Amino acid sequence: MLLAASSEHTYVVQTVAFWIIAIAMAGAAIGVVRTNNVVHAALYLVVVLAGAAAQYILLVAEFVAWVQVLVYIGAIVILFLFGIMLTRAPMKPEGSLDNDQRWPAAVAAVFILGVLVMLLVDAFGAKHIAVGNLSPASGSSTVLGNSIFNGYLIPFEIVSLLLLAALVGAVVLAKKD
Amino acid sequence: MVLNNFLILSAFLFCTGIYGVMARRNAVLVLMSVELILNAVNINLIAFSAFHHEISGQIFALFVITIAAAEVGVGLAIVLLMYRNFRSVDLDRADQLKG
Repeated sequence: MLLAASSEHTYVVQTVAFWIIAIAMAGAAIGVVRTNNVVHAALYLVVVLAGAAAQYILLVAEFVAWVQVLVYIGAIVILFLFGIMLTRAPMKPEGSLDNDQRWPAAVAAVFILGVLVMLLVDAFGAKHIAVGNLSPASGSSTVLGNSIFNGYLIPFEIVSLLLLAALVGAVVLAKKD
Repeated sequence: MVLNNFLILSAFLFCTGIYGVMARRNAVLVLMSVELILNAVNINLIAFSAFHHEISGQIFALFVITIAAAEVGVGLAIVLLMYRNFRSVDLDRADQLKG
């Protein structure tokens, strides 16, 4: 009885946490595509990425959440800020940052969202994720490391090769002749 | 937790990203919208990983994060090259392949 009550309580807390984070993420995502200041867009992107990391923690994917924080917020957003700085994008733009396809793009995006939501509701209805049955270790670096180096060793090595190629490619592209 | 909550959040992020890719003119902002799309994919992968009690979704998400990092590196190098050639990052000006 006590156990049932406490799992009910956990469920409510998790759902409330999900919605708070989800609403913040949705607002920030709209900020990324609507703001007229490039630096603000990068900062909104940080909110979306941190929200995604929080959702991963809600789903007991602890290691992926920290990788998300380190790689996305720590590296990719900094790269974006460097890109903004080096291309001297106007802080207060004379022209708009949008092109004239804004309305067709909005219609297409809303249409795709509608189709996807209909499809998801039809396919998955009210299926639940049994987070309570997940062991806290199921997202730990031990489990993930074992799985990567046992079952996904070749993809892992190929990805490291891809990173090397991307590194060399970026240097070659950005190098002054 | 309801599985569909996560999937619908992810669909919303995906569509916001699509809107950004189509409606933005600044190349850096288009790359940011691509990041939104990749994050939507990651949320889907993690949600299904938890739903099926299966670790491979998380491993795929790690691979997606790696590829996103590579993509941003090369993408920003291309944007810098474009800025050097056109003195702007306006994608509407990169129309030399137009017939």
